[in-house]
Amino acid sequence: MTAPAIKASHLSVSFGGYDALEDVTVEVAGGSFLAVVGPNGAGKSTFIRSLLGLVKPTSGRVEIHSHQPGKLPPGTVGYVPQVKTLDRRFPALSIELVLTGMRRRWPFRVRASERSEAMEALEKVGMAHLAEAALGKLSGGQLQRIYLARSLVRKPRLILLDEPATGMDAPGEQDFYAVLDEWQESSGATIVMVTHDLEVAAHHAGEVLVLNRRVIGFGPPETALGEHHLSEAYGHGGHSHGKIFGAHNHD
Amino acid sequence: MIEALSLPFMQRALVCGILVAILSGWFGAFVVQRRLSFLGSGLAHAAFGGVALGIFLSVPPLAIAVPFTIFVGLAIVWVQQRTVLAADTAIGVFFAVSMALGIVFLSQTDRYTTDAFAYLFGTILAIKPADLYLTIAVAALALLTCPLWSRWAYATFDRELAAADQVNVLRDDYLLALSLAVTVVVSIKVVGIVLIAAFLVIPAAAARLMTRRFSTMTLLSITCGVASVIVGLIGSYQLDLPSGPLIILTQAAIFAGAFLFRRG
Repeated sequence: MTAPAIKASHLSVSFGGYDALEDVTVEVAGGSFLAVVGPNGAGKSTFIRSLLGLVKPTSGRVEIHSHQPGKLPPGTVGYVPQVKTLDRRFPALSIELVLTGMRRRWPFRVRASERSEAMEALEKVGMAHLAEAALGKLSGGQLQRIYLARSLVRKPRLILLDEPATGMDAPGEQDFYAVLDEWQESSGATIVMVTHDLEVAAHHAGEVLVLNRRVIGFGPPETALGEHHLSEAYGHGGHSHGKIFGAHNHD
Repeated sequence: MIEALSLPFMQRALVCGILVAILSGWFGAFVVQRRLSFLGSGLAHAAFGGVALGIFLSVPPLAIAVPFTIFVGLAIVWVQQRTVLAADTAIGVFFAVSMALGIVFLSQTDRYTTDAFAYLFGTILAIKPADLYLTIAVAALALLTCPLWSRWAYATFDRELAAADQVNVLRDDYLLALSLAVTVVVSIKVVGIVLIAAFLVIPAAAARLMTRRFSTMTLLSITCGVASVIVGLIGSYQLDLPSGPLIILTQAAIFAGAFLFRRG
């Protein structure tokens, strides 16, 4: 039996007395697509940051492919952050950001040998024509695709996405998920995506983790997004199981 | 002008000025992009406190100013990382305390108007061989930071992304503050405490307006700084005007040109 891609055991994270995550225990098999949902302040981004090794657990532990985060072989994890964290004043071209996916450092110059690989990743996300564009001038949706190309170029075993559809229009969002689905199918990589969109979680993910600082529901979308889980996570009103699974046309 | 360049004091001024321009251009790119422009002023004024203490104790001012400024630089980063205070607030605290200390020390000595004035406004044309050797030594040490450029640049772009790729961003913050502190303190003899912040900010700001790449910005920042030293020194000789301010005015002219023809 192969080790799970992600194993969180009794994971708790506190910031200055505030419990962001409490006793989270989940196992995600390799090749899964996990959507992490929950209300604002539910600890979704903290969960992702724990997987990246950016926050230390107060108690419990996390393993990725049997390694502690931060001690993983280079290139194991690709990360697509929230686009709102980008400093648009930093002088950078799209292709330079993609190259950080390969080098894990900022490139002083773009070597010809690396350019073709970076361009291939940009083509996958439909952004090759913006390779030489200044990052600060791109829209939120375009930036998310560049960040996705940056992740794909390192051919990771695990991709972590933090609200990747923010700032995208509906067709852009569909294209984005199509690229993600296609990549997962061809590479067998594991995907963990934080999203506010329960319909996207229901129709793209194989598993859903409903968080509200602790695990409210975990499993296939049909069960994890059950009425009782949603009302426990979000309170009453606003989200209905029938609406989530009925409204979205998968095709 | 060729005649001027045959004069030893002018040669020292040129070499020293160019080295300071290279150092401040290199680190200035990070200062500007990390929005730490105030740090240059803060460290320069911290150096003033160190210089004043040196004068008060009757020891070579730089012997005190170097460790004093390094201490302040590291303390600013330490306070910023361990509290909720923003960088400019931490800098503001140390800036004011260092100046206050400097004034107290100088009030207790009778050499205030000579040595202290030289450090406040710089005496590039009175650079002694020992000052030049110190600047050369610091420039040689700064070469060791070249491999750090790609890490510092990555963290300047996005600290979290860099940290996720196992860049030790906290340690790098201290290394950058240490390098900056040393650069500032050796530069004050050349351009003075009042003008060193301009050396760190104006060439890099002009460079930012000229390019869309950080690597090019770093190189242009150095180029603008070096050009301003050469033009400023020649101008000062020809027009019989103070060198330090004329170098800064040349930088301002480059900045104005970059602003008019900006593409970044």
